[in-house]
Amino acid sequence: MIESSSGAGVFDEAALVARAKAGDQAAFAELISRYERNILRLARNITRNQEDAEDVLQDAFLKAYEHLDQFQGNSKFYTWIVRIAVNESLMRLRKRKSDKTVSMDAPVETGEETVAREIAVWEENPEERYGREELRAILEKAVESLALPYRTVFALRDIEELSTEETAAALGLSVPAVKSRLLRARLQLRDKLTRFFKRKGDDAFAYL
Amino acid sequence: MTPLLTCKQFLDELSDYLDETTASEVRESLERHLSECPNCWVICDTTRKTIQIYRGMDPVPVPDAVHTRLMAALEKKKQAARAKR
Repeated sequence: MIESSSGAGVFDEAALVARAKAGDQAAFAELISRYERNILRLARNITRNQEDAEDVLQDAFLKAYEHLDQFQGNSKFYTWIVRIAVNESLMRLRKRKSDKTVSMDAPVETGEETVAREIAVWEENPEERYGREELRAILEKAVESLALPYRTVFALRDIEELSTEETAAALGLSVPAVKSRLLRARLQLRDKLTRFFKRKGDDAFAYL
Repeated sequence: MTPLLTCKQFLDELSDYLDETTASEVRESLERHLSECPNCWVICDTTRKTIQIYRGMDPVPVPDAVHTRLMAALEKKKQAARAKR
């Protein structure tokens, strides 16, 4: 398996893109295998729906294939396909008639998001308390519980590991807007995960 | 002497602090607050762990059926493009 989104393959990626642009189908297939797992996970985190995410995955790569000649070599293919996938995910959310609250505008801040509800020390390696799949489910559920503007920014910055600038470009947001959403997303997740990861027998303030 | 920060001011800077993008004089006052405020220390430590745990998760493989469907759709698109020429 080829590790995706690692910096090591950048030159390699440019060569692949050049070959794909020249009509080399195998090169494009290689780009798919490299990034499909990240794109599926990203779409899943935004849409909160496996079926929608699978459709987004397909539509995003088909669109990339179709518009490959418009792809400028000055950005990474990965950030380009991420941007397409974000747009496809948001479109799919809007299409779902039942979901009328699709907005990338952050909710009005009441200041409550920054107030931590639970403060407790965590285990040294809290993730080791759970099995792989159990941990994955806990983490996914926590992200899915965030409002769209927060889970989208968090998914791009801390799950798919884009830079602040790349995230801003992908979402059409300013850098300060990305930063403020990221902070709130991280604090909310920290709060939600404390329930699972706090040191056993520890109550809030027990360390004092 | 760096000015004392409130917890709210500390938390506003937390993300940048964890991403190590804060200016050194700001970092100094943040670290001073950390050394004096156990609550913020815990929030800082557990937020750092939150980020680490998410960053440590590998994406799961795409189900075979989904990958196959994508490759078939791509092939179809290629054929259609060729027919147009």
